[in-house]
Amino acid sequence: MADIVFWIIVGITIGSAFMVVQSKSLLYSAYALLFTFVGVTGLYVFLWADFLAVVQVVVYVGGILVLIIFGIMLTNKITSVNISHSSMQKSAGAIVVVGFLAVLGYMVFNTPWIELANSEPASTAEPLGHLLMMDYLLPFEAASLLLLGALIGATTLSRKEN
Amino acid sequence: MASLSSYLLVGAVLFSLGLYGVVTRRNGVAVLMGVELILNAANVNFLAFARFGGMNMAGHVYALFVIVLAAAEAAVALAIIINIFNNFNTINVDEVSELKQ
Repeated sequence: MADIVFWIIVGITIGSAFMVVQSKSLLYSAYALLFTFVGVTGLYVFLWADFLAVVQVVVYVGGILVLIIFGIMLTNKITSVNISHSSMQKSAGAIVVVGFLAVLGYMVFNTPWIELANSEPASTAEPLGHLLMMDYLLPFEAASLLLLGALIGATTLSRKEN
Repeated sequence: MASLSSYLLVGAVLFSLGLYGVVTRRNGVAVLMGVELILNAANVNFLAFARFGGMNMAGHVYALFVIVLAAAEAAVALAIIINIFNNFNTINVDEVSELKQ
């Protein structure tokens, strides 16, 4: 049962990711990206990362996707219903990407991966919090500074010059 | 249950699709979507190795930092794209080849 759900989630993720890079309409790409993010969230749940699954929904679906849709709306004429966007060098890109995927797949299937036995934790939020506040305190603070800098930089960049 | 290699394969396919979007799309926002796909693929790999490596929480911390960087990157990239639209009236990355008009 869990296997069937897993492969359904994988199908949703890969299928909508294909839609993102293949769709003719930019808005359809953005909506397909929503299903990709939700599918990746499902994968996180299967990987026992409950806290990161919630963070994924809040940050990606609630933040980044809304930001991307705002970007689409602000950089196109709203009156034109069909916000189309074309691709270029499709065949050359497809050849390179398929070759790259073949190399990656060969590596995945031919490496003897060692899988350690483990059990599902009750919650990942508590050990994650301990790690962030002890072992990874400096990167954590650096990330908060980076977010502040990005926030100020983004507002300064997009402001109209007087 | 699904094994480690199936998660890695899903990550590889997501990465390849993102790369395809980055190299073939003309619209700047669509290129950004490809970058988001690549970051998600990296996160799936981080969490898969954490889950099959004895539930090592360091992988989760790295995935969290990737999400933080993705949020910062999306905000700055969209501010730049809106500026490009104001200056060139297009965001097709192949037409925006001049530093100064």
